[in-house]
Amino acid sequence: MSDIEITPALVPVLNKMFRFQWEKAQNCFVLLYPEGMIQLNGPAGEILALVDGERSVAAITSELETKFPDAGDLSGDIIEFLGEAHGQHWITL
Amino acid sequence: MANTGSPCNAQPTLPIISDDKAHGQPLWLLAELTYKCPLQCPYCSNPLDFSDFGGELTTQQWLDVFQQGRDLGAVQLGFSGGEPLVRQDLIQLIGGAHEMGYYTNLITSGVGLNEHKMAEFQQAGLDHIQVSFQASDESVNNMLSGSKKAFEQKLKMAKEVKAQGYPMVLNFVTHRHNIDRIDRIIELCVELDADYVELATCQYYGWAYENVEQLLPTRAQLERAERITNEYRAKLAAEGNPIKLIFVTPDYYEERPKGCMNGWGQVFLTVTPDGKALPCHSARMLPIEFPNVTEMSLQEIWDTSPGFNHFRGNTWMKEPCRSCDEKEKDFGGCHCQAFMLTGDMYNADPVCAKSEHHHLIEEARERAEAVVNNPDEFTFRNERNSKVFAKG
Repeated sequence: MSDIEITPALVPVLNKMFRFQWEKAQNCFVLLYPEGMIQLNGPAGEILALVDGERSVAAITSELETKFPDAGDLSGDIIEFLGEAHGQHWITL
Repeated sequence: MANTGSPCNAQPTLPIISDDKAHGQPLWLLAELTYKCPLQCPYCSNPLDFSDFGGELTTQQWLDVFQQGRDLGAVQLGFSGGEPLVRQDLIQLIGGAHEMGYYTNLITSGVGLNEHKMAEFQQAGLDHIQVSFQASDESVNNMLSGSKKAFEQKLKMAKEVKAQGYPMVLNFVTHRHNIDRIDRIIELCVELDADYVELATCQYYGWAYENVEQLLPTRAQLERAERITNEYRAKLAAEGNPIKLIFVTPDYYEERPKGCMNGWGQVFLTVTPDGKALPCHSARMLPIEFPNVTEMSLQEIWDTSPGFNHFRGNTWMKEPCRSCDEKEKDFGGCHCQAFMLTGDMYNADPVCAKSEHHHLIEEARERAEAVVNNPDEFTFRNERNSKVFAKG
């Protein structure tokens, strides 16, 4: 999906076209955009919740690995998701 | 989108529950704040007899409706009309809705907007502005809108929307008078740096139904426009331009009906200026008693009112819908269209080739081949013309 290589030092930023928030009624994180909504699954929501324009890919990875110690090495999954999110124009890098 | 008469395209894509009478949450709340509008578009989706409904909810009543909607799970809120800018309390409504956690959409003609107001709206929490255009060139735009200055104002406002950092949707309602300029329309949208472009072929409700002969394009016009749109999509994607072109075909050229509103009372809730709650913004024309938000809670309206349960499930269906294996996909199509064309809202949408009334659609297509474009034949949407349709 993505034409860009995701490296640990990159800092993802949420595209200002989207608003990210927790929706109680859906019981999930969502991305809101003009007249639409994307419901995010658990892992996608956890990753995007840390995309704040300050944390690097490496920082996001280590924070999630600390939060979910049983999940093991998450870097592959996170890079894959960020690549997809970039392809969807949800984030810029 | 509210001006296109195509509410079926105005909602988030979400899963549908189609068990009998089961229903989802009203994720999309469309607040038609007023029927007043400075323009006179002959395809307006407002009711023909809008002049009969002069009353408008107060600021507090609207805020109360928004909170009730949010409690029911609504997340997208559209400020529409008429022209929502006519409401002097718009900024309070935006601010209130934003605090409740809505994603707020202003659906406007741009007439009555200025950079100062736009900045204030943003501060109050407005998320997105959709500007509607009537055409890509000044004379056609102004002829269709019934205003001499509309086009210039729209261009100026579209540029300002982007300058202030809002996401921007541009909406062009297309029809036989402007669809041949689709290349120019797309180029204008690219120049204006739109994020989304709705090339919404007119849907024939409200004023558009009254003007269908002067609006419905020929099949050749439509196919050409779709081909050119696809060419631009490929070209723009290759250039790395993230602009999204959304092409809405008129269902008059389909053989199966649309799954109208993603199902009756499934995701979409409209409240009219005077507080009537509707499952789609055309439904006011149907012989159904719809509840008013001043008399019933939104939860009761959504969950248990007879109006919102009328077409939930499929026990209401007649043939050919009842035994049709596609009934879970299109729910029998659009009840308003069935009502307008056949006089019976329980009939299958005549767009469906299985409908015994499908010839009505075929005849409209045939007429489109013979019609001569003549703007003088338009019935424009204004107070004077509305009185002709009003009951008094």
